[in-house]
Formats: sequence, C-alpha cells, structure tokens
Amino acid sequence: MTRPPRKPRKPVASGAISDRVLEPAAEAELELTWKDPPGFWGWLVTTDHKRIARRYLVTAFLFFGLAGLGAVAMRLQLSKPENTLLSAARYNEIFTMHGTTMMFLFAVPIMEAVAVFLVPLMIGARALAFPRLNAFSYFVYLAGALTLWIGFILNIGPDVGWFAYTPLSGPEYSPGHRSDIWAQMITFTEIAALAVAVNLTTTIFKMRSPGMTLSRVPLFVWAMLITSIMTILALPAVMLASSLLMSDRLLATQFYNPAEGGDHILYQHLFWFFGHPEVYIIFLPGLAFVSSITATFSRRPVMGHIPMVLSQIAIGFLAFGLWVHHMFATGLPHLGDSFYTAASMAIALPSGVQIFCWIATLWAGKPVWKTPLLWVVGFIVTFVIGGLTGVMVASVPLDLQLHDTYFVVAHFHYVLIGGAVFPLFGAFQYWFPKFTGRLLSETAGKWQFWLFFIGFQLTFFPMHILGLLGMPRRVYTYPSGLGWEPYNQIATLGGVMLFTSVLIFVINVLVSLRRGALAGDNPWDGPTLEWATTSPPPPYNFMLTPVVDSREPLWEHREELPVMEGLSTAKREVLTSSPSEAEPISRQASPEPSIWPFLSAIATTIVLLGTIFSEWALVWGALPLGVVLTGWFWPKRPRAGGEAQ
Amino acid sequence: MRRPASAAAALLLCGCTGVQTPLDPAGEQAASIHTIWTLMLWVCGFFYVLVIAGLVWAIWRNRRVAGGAPQASTHDPGMERGLAIWSAMIFVGLTVLATWSFFVDRSLASTHEQNALHLRVTGYQWWWKVEYQEGPHPWWFETANEIHLPVGKTARIELESGDVIHSFWVPNLSGKMDLIPGRHNVLDVTPTRVGVYRGQCAEFCGFQHAHMALTVIVEPQARFDAWRLHQLQPASTPATPDAQFGQQVFQSRACGMCHTIAGTDAGGRMAPNLTHIASRPTIAAGTMPMSKGALAGWISDPQGIKPGSKMPDVPLTTTESSAVVAYLSSLQ
Repeated sequence: MTRPPRKPRKPVASGAISDRVLEPAAEAELELTWKDPPGFWGWLVTTDHKRIARRYLVTAFLFFGLAGLGAVAMRLQLSKPENTLLSAARYNEIFTMHGTTMMFLFAVPIMEAVAVFLVPLMIGARALAFPRLNAFSYFVYLAGALTLWIGFILNIGPDVGWFAYTPLSGPEYSPGHRSDIWAQMITFTEIAALAVAVNLTTTIFKMRSPGMTLSRVPLFVWAMLITSIMTILALPAVMLASSLLMSDRLLATQFYNPAEGGDHILYQHLFWFFGHPEVYIIFLPGLAFVSSITATFSRRPVMGHIPMVLSQIAIGFLAFGLWVHHMFATGLPHLGDSFYTAASMAIALPSGVQIFCWIATLWAGKPVWKTPLLWVVGFIVTFVIGGLTGVMVASVPLDLQLHDTYFVVAHFHYVLIGGAVFPLFGAFQYWFPKFTGRLLSETAGKWQFWLFFIGFQLTFFPMHILGLLGMPRRVYTYPSGLGWEPYNQIATLGGVMLFTSVLIFVINVLVSLRRGALAGDNPWDGPTLEWATTSPPPPYNFMLTPVVDSREPLWEHREELPVMEGLSTAKREVLTSSPSEAEPISRQASPEPSIWPFLSAIATTIVLLGTIFSEWALVWGALPLGVVLTGWFWPKRPRAGGEAQ
Repeated sequence: MRRPASAAAALLLCGCTGVQTPLDPAGEQAASIHTIWTLMLWVCGFFYVLVIAGLVWAIWRNRRVAGGAPQASTHDPGMERGLAIWSAMIFVGLTVLATWSFFVDRSLASTHEQNALHLRVTGYQWWWKVEYQEGPHPWWFETANEIHLPVGKTARIELESGDVIHSFWVPNLSGKMDLIPGRHNVLDVTPTRVGVYRGQCAEFCGFQHAHMALTVIVEPQARFDAWRLHQLQPASTPATPDAQFGQQVFQSRACGMCHTIAGTDAGGRMAPNLTHIASRPTIAAGTMPMSKGALAGWISDPQGIKPGSKMPDVPLTTTESSAVVAYLSSLQ
C-alpha cells in the first residue's frame, strides 16, 4: 500500500508533500472533485472544514471585540465612585453580555474553530468525519449569537448575569423576554458546540493517517480530543438547566420553585456541573497551542510526552469533580464541601506537571524568540498566578471571604486570559500563515504582545487587592472612602492598553492579509503534518495521504515524507482507520457541498426563536424542521461510475 | 443614641478604609480564615517564585543558542527525577493547605449555641430586615440595614430571603453566606473588637445590587443592652407641630401601607421598619448617610437616587415633604 514517493519537482526544506504531484490529469480531477461552487452559493453550501473554520474564527473574534468594548464601558463606569456614565440597568446588561459573549460566543467557538481547521490537517485527513454537520454548526452558532446581540440592541437583552441564577431569572423576577433570549442563546450555541465536539471526536478516532497510532498522536490533537469528550459530557447539563428555566417561564412548570417542591440549588448544580468543566474546555485547547508552539520554537519535542498526555486526561477527569466550589456559600454540608476542596486543589498537580514540562523543553531546547514563543512565556507568567489563586479559592473557609468579590474576577481572568487568550494570540501568530498563506508582521506582533502583557497585569492584578479590600462583583457603582478608587483607576488604564493591543492585532491581520510575506508550506519548520501541505491548504488538504511513523513526522523525514495513494480522485473519498492503531480500514464517501445544513439551521432557528414567544412553536416549528431533515438525509443513488472499487 | 449613629455614618461613608475587608479581622471567624490566607500567600508565593526562577533559568541558559536543526526526543533521567520531585513538592504543599483548610472549616462549623444571641436577617431587593429574637416574643424587635452586636458574644444569625438570592457578607467579622428562598442558612459570628463595620450583599440580586449594604456596630454589652431597651420602645410621639403634621401626612399618603412605625397606625410589612429610623447610621441600605437633607432627597426622589428601588415616587408638596422629614428625624 505504501510506496516510495515520487521524486519532488524541487528540493524542499523539510518533508513537505505539496510539491509531490499526481499525474497532471489526476491532479486536475482531484481539484475539480473537491472544489466548491463559486460565489455566494458556494459560501452557503461549502462543507470544507477550512472555510468553515475561517468564518468561525472571524465571527468569534468579532464577538470578542464586542464583548471587549463592553468591558471597556464597564471599566470607564468603575473608574470613579458614584459614576453616572452607565445606569444600573445598562451596566447589568453589559456585564451579562460581556460574560455570556466571552464564554459562549467567543471562547468555546474560537477554540473549536482552530481545532476544526487544524485537526484534520494534523492527522493527515482529507476532511472532517461529518462535513455537513460542521456547516450546520456554524450557522446555528451564528443564529444564536445574532439572537443575543439583536436582543441587546433592541433593549430586550438579558440582564441577570451570564449564570442567570433563579429566581432572579425566573418568571416572577424577570418578566418580559430578556431571560428567554439568554436561555435560547444557550440552546443555539450548545447545539453548535456539541455538534463540533462529536465531529472532532469521531474524526480523531477514525480518520488518522496510517501509522498514527495513539502513541504518535500530537499533543495538540490529544488536547482537542479530551476537550471534545468533555464538551459532550458537560454541555447537556447547561442545556438542561436553561431548558428547565424556559419551561418554568413558558409552561409554568415549577422546577425552580421551592414553594412547589422545586429548588434553586438544583439550577446551580446543573449550571456548574457544566460551568466548571467549561473552564477546562476553554483552557485545554490553550494548552494544545502552547505545546505546539513550545516544541517548534524550542527546536525539540516537548519534554515528557506521556506525563503531558496523562496530565491532560487527569484534568479532564478532575474537572467534573469540582463544580461545588462555586457553591460553598450556599450552605451545603461541610463534609461534602471538603471533597470538592480536595478535588479542586488536586487539579493543580497535573497543571503543575505540564508547566514543568514546558519549562524543561525551553531549558533543554534551543529557543528561537519569535512572537508565538513570547506568548508562551506570557502564558506561564500569567496563568500560574491564576492557578495559585485557584488553589486559594478552593479552600472552603477562604472562599467564603473571596467568593463573589473582585479577587475572583482577577482569578478567572488570569486563568482564562492567561491560560487561553495568551496562547490563542500565540496560535494566531503561529498558524496565520497556514490559515491565509501569509505571515503576520513580527514587529507588530511584538508590540501587541508587550502592550497586552503589561495592560493585562495592570487591569487584573489590582483586582486581587480590590477583592481583599471587600469590593464585591457585579456592582455598577461603589461609594468613595473604602479605598477602592486607586485600584479601579489603574485597572481602567490597563483596560485601555488591552484594547489598544487588540486594535494593533486587527490592523496587523488586515495589513498582513494583503502585504504579509508569503509563508511557504512550513515557515517555522514545524514538526506536525499541517505543515506538510501548502499554505493555505487545497480543499482536499493533501494530494496523497501521509504515512506516519513518528510523533514528529516532518522532523523525522527531512527530505521526503512517506505517502500512500489509493483514494479516488474522481469522487470525494476519505480514509477511515482503526481507533488505536490507525490501521486503514476503508475508503468512505465524503459528502458533496449541500444547501441542507443551511436550511436546517434556519428551521432550527425558527423553532428556537418561536419558543421564546409561544410553546406552540415546538409543534408548528417541527414541520419545517421535519422537511429539511428529510431533505438532508434523503438516500442518494450511487452516481454512474462512482462505484467503489 | 444620636452620636454613635452619626459617628458610624462618618466612618462608613466619609472616608474610612478597613471597615469592609477580610484582611483586618474583628471576629473569631474572620480571624481563623485569615490564618489560611496568610498560609496560602506564603505557600503559593513560594511555588510562584520557583516557577519563575525555573523559567528565567531556562531562558538565560539558552540566551546564545537560538535555533538550528530540531533535536530528537531524548530520554533524560535527570529531567524525570526533577519532574518526580516537583510533583512530590506540589503534593505536599496541597496536602498542607487542604488539611489546614479542613480544620479551620471544622472550627467554623462548631457552634456555641448555648448562650448565643439569636437574630434573623431576611434579604429583600434591596435592603436587609433584621429581627432580634431573644427571650419571650414581646421582647422581639425589628430594625433594618443595621445590626448591633455585643462584643465577645456569639451571634447566631439565621439567613432567609424574601425574594431572590442574596448573600450576607461582613468581611471583618466572618465569611459570607447566601440567603436563598426556600432554604434556611445559619451563620455564627463572634465579634472580638468594638467598632463599626460595613457589609454588603455579595450575590447579584438585580438592579440595585450595588446599593444593598448594612452596618454592623459592635459595642460593649452595656451599651448594646441600652440600645436594645430603646429599640423595644414604640416610636416617640412627635413634639413639634411640624412633626405632628408630618405624622399625618405619613399615615394618609400611603407611606404606612409599606412601612411600620410601632405605636402608630402605620403597619405595612413590605418595607423597612422605621420605628427608630433616625438612630440608624444610613438610609436606603447604605446608599446615603443619615441626615435631614438625605431624608428629604430620598423622600422626594427615590427613583433618582436608587433607580429600580421598590420605594415609589410619592407626590408631596414642599411643606408636606419637609414635615415628613421633621417627623422621621424625630424617630430616635
């Protein structure tokens, strides 16, 4: 099956296979087979994971910007005591929008977007396992995001916090549709995120290149696999929480009414059973980026591959055992609380192991100080503070003082920005050439890094002190004289720096898209398979399927990468392989572009938006949904000449 | 009564730091929690310094050897030993912290119920109802947004909510505890130092979550007893004609529908009990210091001062309004 590859047309720096060609006729046929229809129609019907990932990235980043503007507004409001820039109502809406957007519309989708782009490339696959489902995910996500923000613009946006605790979000204290919009936005984004998670899990288990056994799977792919499995296990809990809330509001059920046997604590358990793993769902992809960047720029594989993988799995497990640390102040039994303290603290161990391995990699390697590596150092310096304050708030008694204060605001911004956004900007700098074919400017990147790093510390470090001085979260204003003013002013100043830094990034992207240096296949001499194809990759990813015999295939094979042929060029075919040993099993047809995912997303949107106003939407909304799903799953006749060989 | 109240107002609202912070404990519970904070700061600080030292070392060591061909993965026994030692250190550190935390938690849970002072605090959007439930029922009384406690004696505070979830938090005295509809929580507080402390709702509870504060006045037992005896009295009868007119306005213009003033016809249960309002340090749950001017402002424009508050704008003429202020400020 494997065969010695053709001689490259020209010498290549490291095992790239993009220059190795099929017969010209076969190449043209492959191109034609995987090509999308042109124009806007092509945009609607495409199932190319790279196109969909790019639009996911752009959309999620836009919402990052909007939520960031909200943060700037809040910082300006809090820059002095008794400020009247924002009203109480507006401030409450803005902090709700900030949290909701950052968690549901930015952090989770953008991490999934990077994975959707890179995972098939890193495992040498032609496509995702379910390309149409992927297209559907994006449209549903977009509809949910628009629902939330159009609601905000029409002044019917949610104002009960990103956590929407009952009874404040319930029928009695939140009349109108603000909370319904929040609850249905959850449904939209969670459907989308679950679909992506299922897609990635299947792709990673079933579509790896021949030879990429589990022990050769890159750390990046491991992290995305664990993230996806966590997503599948965690997200149903929040959909349940929000659906029961909708049901209480719309159908007068009493799940969260203690007078009728319901319980408000039930909501909190369901929400945090999702809410805590959620943090790791955002943070594990960050670790994935850090591992990739550290290896490439240290010029050696990450130290301790096996401890790294085991640590990630341990984080995935422990993440489900510590949700109650968000509820220590609700008066649950003390002995029970202690277990959650232990679990919350225990997660510091696998995190500490990984920090050790990255520093050891830098220590043992020959680090090249390109911008992505700066982000990694910024990540370590910042994230470790967040991890340590996490150990602090894991203690029940100490948490009773720190919970719901600015100390916690500082803590989770250190964890989430330090642990996910620093690596994400590093990842943008690192993979931008693969996404677009051009390099981002290093100079602008370094400016952006330093402004962001200093701005971040200025914004969030003083918040630790504010919390210790007794400032609670989610207050739209505060009295003077409690000693809070100077720290709030520093934080606001830092916020402006952060905003400037992100602006530099946006300009850098826009300029580099047109004028950036052409990247070539592998500008950083990276070890993993995504660098073995052109930048940006063709719709079919690889002309020939790579064959893997090590964890760093492009470093192992400096001249020529072993490949195999046998997939059809006349129709869309992907290779499926066995879950652990990645032995080729079969050639599977991969779907053509299709309008049905888009139509299904529209039908889903009709149902979900309708239920904000009437329970009957479930009934009549089911009709269009049934029609489009029938269309989507209509059995296809085999095309003439398309029979499998 | 007047002097401590205004002194408290001055402390709380006119520039005194340290009245709302866990770093300056004035209660047994806050003090034992503070020991965890100190321990955490040292242990976590130690680990942070180690990480940064390792990072700096790794960068410094390689300052001249940038780039080159990629190295193969190596088996490095030294590194493996390092990882094992590092993991063991983390394990030991966490064990120390978790154990200490566990024992402090046990100490907070142990009760001194025998001779505790019994209070019930109920959270409403956006104020605190405080009921002292000592002795036989006629000896119970109610106030709002202020708590007086005798120093050195444990107060057992029952926490309930009248609407949404709130959280009772007076950081100088103890950690926070939520007030959840349908649930009954209890918090023991043992103040150890005389003083005036500020507390604030710590769970987001809607529009005016930011303006839901309360004052805790810790005082010697004798002074507390005097305060309590005074609170048990019905409201004083207005002496001046102005205040008498104010009382008429108060009762005829719907104020009494929501507010109680003991000893008068005003018996509403929806809003803070005003029997001794003038002796309290603040009004509108810590929104403003108590003064005639603040009372006048609050009565004429509650929705401007605390938008969304349940206190409606009641249309009053200037004469009526100043009469009501005269009446209320006579309620010592």
